[in-house]
Amino acid sequence: MPGPMNIFDIAGRAMSAQLVRLNTTASNLANAGSISSSKETAFRALKPVFQSVGDRPGVATVNVASIVEGGGDPVKRHMPGHPLADANGDVWEANVDTAAELVEMVESARQYENNVQVLQTVKTLTLDTLRLGQ
Amino acid sequence: MADGQSLFGIHAAALALRSQRMSMLASNIANAATPGYKARDIDFDRALDLASRGVATGEAADEATAYRVPVTPSLDGNTVELSTEQTLFAENAVQYRSTLAFLQGRIATITRALKGD
Repeated sequence: MPGPMNIFDIAGRAMSAQLVRLNTTASNLANAGSISSSKETAFRALKPVFQSVGDRPGVATVNVASIVEGGGDPVKRHMPGHPLADANGDVWEANVDTAAELVEMVESARQYENNVQVLQTVKTLTLDTLRLGQ
Repeated sequence: MADGQSLFGIHAAALALRSQRMSMLASNIANAATPGYKARDIDFDRALDLASRGVATGEAADEATAYRVPVTPSLDGNTVELSTEQTLFAENAVQYRSTLAFLQGRIATITRALKGD
Protein backbone atom coordinates (compact mmCIF):
# COMPACT_ATOMS: atom_id res chain seq x y z
CA MET A 1 0.00 0.00 0.00
CA PRO A 2 1.47 3.41 -0.96
CA GLY A 3 2.03 5.75 1.99
CA PRO A 4 1.20 5.07 5.60
CA MET A 5 -2.18 3.55 6.38
CA ASN A 6 -4.74 6.05 7.67
CA ILE A 7 -7.93 5.50 9.62
CA PHE A 8 -10.04 5.82 6.47
CA ASP A 9 -8.19 2.81 5.00
CA ILE A 10 -8.53 0.87 8.26
CA ALA A 11 -12.26 1.42 8.71
CA GLY A 12 -13.07 1.27 4.99
CA ARG A 13 -11.38 -2.06 4.41
CA ALA A 14 -12.89 -3.49 7.58
CA MET A 15 -16.31 -2.46 6.26
CA SER A 16 -15.75 -4.26 2.97
CA ALA A 17 -14.55 -7.37 4.86
CA GLN A 18 -17.71 -7.33 6.98
CA LEU A 19 -19.74 -6.95 3.79
CA VAL A 20 -18.11 -10.08 2.35
CA ARG A 21 -19.03 -11.88 5.57
CA LEU A 22 -22.63 -10.63 5.28
CA ASN A 23 -22.73 -11.83 1.66
CA THR A 24 -21.60 -15.35 2.60
CA THR A 25 -24.20 -15.41 5.40
CA ALA A 26 -26.88 -14.39 2.90
CA SER A 27 -25.90 -17.16 0.46
CA ASN A 28 -25.79 -19.72 3.29
CA LEU A 29 -29.26 -18.73 4.46
CA ALA A 30 -30.60 -18.68 0.91
CA ASN A 31 -29.29 -22.22 0.35
CA ALA A 32 -30.41 -23.61 3.71
CA GLY A 33 -32.21 -26.87 3.11
CA SER A 34 -31.55 -26.93 -0.63
CA ILE A 35 -31.62 -30.41 -2.14
CA SER A 36 -29.04 -32.00 -4.41
CA SER A 37 -28.84 -35.37 -6.13
CA SER A 38 -25.33 -36.26 -4.89
CA LYS A 39 -23.17 -35.59 -1.85
CA GLU A 40 -20.49 -33.82 -3.94
CA THR A 41 -22.80 -31.29 -5.57
CA ALA A 42 -24.74 -30.47 -2.39
CA PHE A 43 -24.30 -26.94 -1.05
CA ARG A 44 -21.88 -26.47 1.82
CA ALA A 45 -21.82 -23.39 4.06
CA LEU A 46 -19.33 -20.68 3.01
CA LYS A 47 -17.09 -19.02 5.56
CA PRO A 48 -14.76 -16.05 4.99
CA VAL A 49 -11.28 -16.22 6.55
CA PHE A 50 -10.30 -12.88 8.07
CA GLN A 51 -6.66 -11.90 8.25
CA SER A 52 -5.18 -8.74 9.69
CA VAL A 53 -2.84 -6.68 7.49
CA GLY A 54 -0.72 -3.94 8.98
CA ASP A 55 2.26 -1.75 8.23
CA ARG A 56 3.17 -0.51 11.72
CA PRO A 57 2.77 -2.35 15.03
CA GLY A 58 -0.73 -1.79 16.33
CA VAL A 59 -2.02 -0.21 13.12
CA ALA A 60 -3.75 -2.89 11.10
CA THR A 61 -6.82 -3.39 8.99
CA VAL A 62 -8.55 -6.57 7.98
CA ASN A 63 -8.59 -8.48 4.74
CA VAL A 64 -10.56 -11.50 3.54
CA ALA A 65 -7.77 -14.01 2.89
CA SER A 66 -10.06 -16.62 1.35
CA ILE A 67 -13.57 -18.04 1.44
CA VAL A 68 -13.68 -21.67 2.50
CA GLU A 69 -16.43 -24.24 2.37
CA GLY A 70 -17.12 -25.46 5.87
CA GLY A 71 -19.87 -26.73 8.06
CA GLY A 72 -21.19 -30.22 8.41
CA ASP A 73 -21.56 -32.83 5.68
CA PRO A 74 -24.78 -32.74 3.64
CA VAL A 75 -27.54 -34.79 5.21
CA LYS A 76 -28.74 -37.87 3.30
CA ARG A 77 -32.50 -38.22 3.10
CA HIS A 78 -34.51 -41.05 1.66
CA MET A 79 -37.11 -39.40 -0.61
CA PRO A 80 -37.86 -41.76 -3.51
CA GLY A 81 -40.58 -39.48 -4.88
CA HIS A 82 -38.23 -36.47 -5.22
CA PRO A 83 -37.34 -35.54 -8.83
CA LEU A 84 -33.63 -35.20 -7.85
CA ALA A 85 -33.45 -38.59 -6.07
CA ASP A 86 -30.67 -40.97 -7.20
CA ALA A 87 -30.97 -44.71 -8.00
CA ASN A 88 -31.42 -45.57 -4.29
CA GLY A 89 -34.08 -42.92 -3.85
CA ASP A 90 -31.77 -40.69 -1.76
CA VAL A 91 -31.26 -36.91 -1.88
CA TRP A 92 -28.71 -34.75 -0.07
CA GLU A 93 -29.82 -31.71 1.86
CA ALA A 94 -27.45 -28.78 2.55
CA ASN A 95 -26.41 -28.79 6.20
CA VAL A 96 -26.70 -25.09 7.06
CA ASP A 97 -27.01 -24.12 10.72
CA THR A 98 -29.58 -21.34 10.31
CA ALA A 99 -29.45 -20.22 13.96
CA ALA A 100 -25.67 -19.79 13.79
CA GLU A 101 -25.97 -17.96 10.46
CA LEU A 102 -28.51 -15.53 11.90
CA VAL A 103 -26.23 -14.83 14.86
CA GLU A 104 -23.37 -14.28 12.40
CA MET A 105 -25.55 -11.87 10.42
CA VAL A 106 -26.39 -9.74 13.46
CA GLU A 107 -22.75 -9.75 14.57
CA SER A 108 -21.35 -8.63 11.23
CA ALA A 109 -24.02 -5.94 10.93
CA ARG A 110 -23.05 -4.60 14.37
CA GLN A 111 -19.35 -4.60 13.52
CA TYR A 112 -20.08 -2.85 10.22
CA GLU A 113 -21.95 -0.17 12.16
CA ASN A 114 -19.02 0.23 14.56
CA ASN A 115 -16.69 0.92 11.65
CA VAL A 116 -19.15 3.45 10.20
CA GLN A 117 -19.13 5.19 13.58
CA VAL A 118 -15.32 5.27 13.61
CA LEU A 119 -15.32 6.76 10.10
CA GLN A 120 -17.84 9.45 11.06
CA THR A 121 -15.91 10.47 14.18
CA VAL A 122 -12.61 10.59 12.33
CA LYS A 123 -14.11 12.62 9.49
CA THR A 124 -15.45 15.26 11.88
CA LEU A 125 -12.17 15.44 13.80
CA THR A 126 -10.11 15.71 10.59
CA LEU A 127 -12.32 18.55 9.33
CA ASP A 128 -12.00 20.31 12.70
CA THR A 129 -8.22 19.96 12.52
CA LEU A 130 -8.23 21.44 9.02
CA ARG A 131 -10.18 24.45 10.27
CA LEU A 132 -7.63 25.03 13.07
CA GLY A 133 -6.63 28.68 13.27
CA GLN A 134 -9.39 30.01 11.03
CA MET B 1 9.96 20.06 17.41
CA ALA B 2 11.53 22.69 19.69
CA ASP B 3 9.72 25.50 17.84
CA GLY B 4 6.41 23.67 18.04
CA GLN B 5 6.86 23.14 21.77
CA SER B 6 7.59 26.77 22.52
CA LEU B 7 4.60 27.94 20.48
CA PHE B 8 1.98 25.35 21.39
CA GLY B 9 3.42 23.90 24.60
CA ILE B 10 2.53 20.32 25.39
CA HIS B 11 -0.54 20.39 23.13
CA ALA B 12 1.36 19.82 19.87
CA ALA B 13 2.75 16.50 21.12
CA ALA B 14 -0.59 15.65 22.75
CA LEU B 15 -2.46 16.08 19.45
CA ALA B 16 0.01 13.85 17.58
CA LEU B 17 -0.23 11.16 20.27
CA ARG B 18 -4.03 11.31 20.38
CA SER B 19 -4.09 10.91 16.60
CA GLN B 20 -1.83 7.84 16.81
CA ARG B 21 -3.91 6.38 19.60
CA MET B 22 -7.01 6.93 17.46
CA SER B 23 -5.57 4.84 14.60
CA MET B 24 -4.62 2.12 17.06
CA LEU B 25 -8.13 1.97 18.53
CA ALA B 26 -9.63 2.07 15.02
CA SER B 27 -7.43 -0.93 14.12
CA ASN B 28 -8.72 -2.79 17.15
CA ILE B 29 -12.34 -2.11 16.15
CA ALA B 30 -11.59 -3.09 12.53
CA ASN B 31 -10.08 -6.41 13.67
CA ALA B 32 -12.90 -7.29 16.07
CA ALA B 33 -13.59 -10.50 14.10
CA THR B 34 -10.05 -11.50 13.08
CA PRO B 35 -8.99 -14.76 14.77
CA GLY B 36 -5.79 -14.40 16.79
CA TYR B 37 -5.66 -10.60 16.63
CA LYS B 38 -4.17 -9.04 19.76
CA ALA B 39 -5.53 -5.62 20.64
CA ARG B 40 -2.98 -2.92 21.43
CA ASP B 41 -3.24 0.50 23.03
CA ILE B 42 -1.03 3.47 23.86
CA ASP B 43 -0.57 4.41 27.51
CA PHE B 44 -1.19 8.09 26.86
CA ASP B 45 0.20 9.45 30.15
CA ARG B 46 3.45 7.59 29.66
CA ALA B 47 3.76 8.61 26.00
CA LEU B 48 3.13 12.26 26.82
CA ASP B 49 5.64 12.10 29.66
CA LEU B 50 8.27 10.74 27.25
CA ALA B 51 7.37 13.32 24.59
CA SER B 52 7.64 16.19 27.08
CA ARG B 53 11.15 14.99 27.92
CA GLY B 54 12.20 15.44 24.28
CA VAL B 55 11.52 12.01 22.79
CA ALA B 56 9.99 12.21 19.28
CA THR B 57 6.24 11.51 19.35
CA GLY B 58 6.54 8.45 17.10
CA GLU B 59 9.13 6.84 19.36
CA ALA B 60 7.23 7.85 22.49
CA ALA B 61 4.07 6.20 21.13
CA ASP B 62 5.98 3.01 20.24
CA GLU B 63 7.55 2.97 23.69
CA ALA B 64 4.19 3.33 25.46
CA THR B 65 2.35 0.76 23.34
CA ALA B 66 1.18 -2.37 25.12
CA TYR B 67 -1.16 -5.30 24.55
CA ARG B 68 -4.63 -5.10 26.02
CA VAL B 69 -5.45 -7.64 28.74
CA PRO B 70 -8.92 -9.00 27.91
CA VAL B 71 -11.59 -9.29 30.62
CA THR B 72 -12.82 -12.59 29.17
CA PRO B 73 -10.42 -14.29 26.72
CA SER B 74 -12.16 -15.64 23.62
CA LEU B 75 -11.65 -19.07 22.12
CA ASP B 76 -10.20 -17.86 18.80
CA GLY B 77 -7.36 -15.90 20.46
CA ASN B 78 -8.85 -12.51 19.61
CA THR B 79 -8.45 -10.03 22.48
CA VAL B 80 -10.68 -7.24 21.11
CA GLU B 81 -13.61 -6.40 23.37
CA LEU B 82 -15.84 -4.04 21.47
CA SER B 83 -17.36 -2.36 24.52
CA THR B 84 -13.91 -1.46 25.85
CA GLU B 85 -12.60 -0.30 22.49
CA GLN B 86 -15.66 1.79 21.69
CA THR B 87 -15.60 3.53 25.07
CA LEU B 88 -11.90 4.31 24.73
CA PHE B 89 -12.36 5.48 21.14
CA ALA B 90 -15.14 7.89 22.17
CA GLU B 91 -13.06 9.12 25.12
CA ASN B 92 -10.02 9.65 22.92
CA ALA B 93 -12.11 11.54 20.34
CA VAL B 94 -13.37 13.94 23.02
CA GLN B 95 -9.82 14.41 24.31
CA TYR B 96 -8.59 15.06 20.76
CA ARG B 97 -11.25 17.74 20.42
CA SER B 98 -10.27 19.37 23.70
CA THR B 99 -6.62 19.44 22.60
CA LEU B 100 -7.81 21.12 19.39
CA ALA B 101 -9.68 23.69 21.49
CA PHE B 102 -6.49 24.42 23.48
CA LEU B 103 -4.55 24.90 20.24
CA GLN B 104 -7.30 27.10 18.84
CA GLY B 105 -7.09 29.27 21.95
CA ARG B 106 -3.34 29.55 21.65
CA ILE B 107 -3.57 30.51 17.97
CA ALA B 108 -6.23 33.13 18.75
CA THR B 109 -4.02 34.64 21.49
CA ILE B 110 -1.00 34.86 19.22
CA THR B 111 -3.05 36.26 16.32
CA ARG B 112 -4.45 38.93 18.62
CA ALA B 113 -0.95 39.81 19.85
CA LEU B 114 0.35 40.04 16.29
CA LYS B 115 -2.49 42.27 15.12
CA GLY B 116 -2.09 44.43 18.20
CA ASP B 117 -5.76 45.26 18.61
